[in-house]
Amino acid sequence: MFPFLYEWHWDIGHYLFMGALGYASAVIGLGLVYCIGKSIIDTAGEDENAGH
Amino acid sequence: MTTPAIPEGVKRCGSRQFLLWLGVAALVVLWGVYAMYRIWFYGLNQTNMNNAYGFALWIWADLAVIALGGGAFFSGFLAYIIGLKNVKNIINFAVILGVVCYTSALLILGLDVGQPLRGWFIFWHANVHSMLTEVAFCLSVYLGVLIIEFIPVLLENPKIQKVRFFHHLSHNMHEIMAVFAATGVFLSFFHQGSLGGVPGVLYGRPFAFREGLFVWPWTFFLFTWSAAAVGPLFTASMCRLTEAITRKKLVKDDVYHLLAKISGWMLLTYIIAKSIDTIYWATVTAPSMGFALMDFYSNNPLYNIWILVAEIAVCGFLPALILITRKGRENKKLLFGAAILAIIGLLINRWVMVLQVMAAPLMPFQEEWFMYSPAWTEVATSILPIAYGIILISLAYRYLPLFPQEKELNPGN
Repeated sequence: MFPFLYEWHWDIGHYLFMGALGYASAVIGLGLVYCIGKSIIDTAGEDENAGH
Repeated sequence: MTTPAIPEGVKRCGSRQFLLWLGVAALVVLWGVYAMYRIWFYGLNQTNMNNAYGFALWIWADLAVIALGGGAFFSGFLAYIIGLKNVKNIINFAVILGVVCYTSALLILGLDVGQPLRGWFIFWHANVHSMLTEVAFCLSVYLGVLIIEFIPVLLENPKIQKVRFFHHLSHNMHEIMAVFAATGVFLSFFHQGSLGGVPGVLYGRPFAFREGLFVWPWTFFLFTWSAAAVGPLFTASMCRLTEAITRKKLVKDDVYHLLAKISGWMLLTYIIAKSIDTIYWATVTAPSMGFALMDFYSNNPLYNIWILVAEIAVCGFLPALILITRKGRENKKLLFGAAILAIIGLLINRWVMVLQVMAAPLMPFQEEWFMYSPAWTEVATSILPIAYGIILISLAYRYLPLFPQEKELNPGN
């Protein structure tokens, strides 16, 4: 649920619920992006080394 | 048999034998899928649910698999956060079991909601006052965490490892697994707890209602604690069963002993807390609503006081006392006997908190109990997760290096 939806209220319940969901999702999402990004860099680095 | 897709240094059965094994489980899955089709297509009149039983057999199955799947989050906590190296020898298997349990739990919820195509409403139009919303959030996101924990295991397949990107991805995911595991522990704590939080708002059901701390009834903590205590025992028992079926030793005994010791102490503290909760409920909460303890354990054909004795004494204190002693842990029969008792105790607890709650009288003057027997559709959909689990675990065992100690323990295969 996002603040632009009609059910949204600016209250503690929404902050806690949606904040916790957003927090957990962000940690997982950022962790995955880091792993995929680093793997792309590692693979590219390996290819470069093989080329030399 | 060895093929390029089978991990190096281990032997597996022939393809024909394997397909036959999968075929038997697939038949049970098909039975469950047919029952699901009938329920989704024709509606809940295909079940024996009625006005008294809004929760059916599959809700018990749902709570049971979620609790037993707790082995994944607690093993992850022990392996990645506490840093117990021995637990890493069984963590892959715990993760697979977790994936099986949590995908089954979501499947059952999809069945219970009745309109799975509207499943996204729970996120988009979230009711922040509903514990079901919290459970749905945590279950879905935690399943995501489990799948992330499962991906590196999947990428360890020899064929997949040949692709360099996947090789690096597997390595990099292992590197930050503690972050994912910590998120998983956070999510598990809240969804296990929220399932136990339901009795805190069941003011109209004296058998279930519990008081507690602020907005959390004591059952909030008891549910989380029991899942953390029994989950690893379930993982160990399933691993032992896999050993018996494959006739191979897959993990060293010290892994079992460690899990049993931790679970034993967790189980003992849990069952003491559960006993205190039960005594307070029986002597203060229920009497304040006009009920005596035995009102909930008499005048019906199924639920008598022995169900309470079985849950707390036979399947609670007894296995806990076996598991905390070195002699108990070192005797395999005692160890796994105690583990099975603890699992049965957990299943009884969830049964009581789902189905006995629905059966028990609501008013002090009400004598009749609402008895219920599930329809075949409910049985089929509740058994489906077991057959599906057999298929997924069999495939994972065959093609993935689930057990790091397998090669060492079976040198001649």
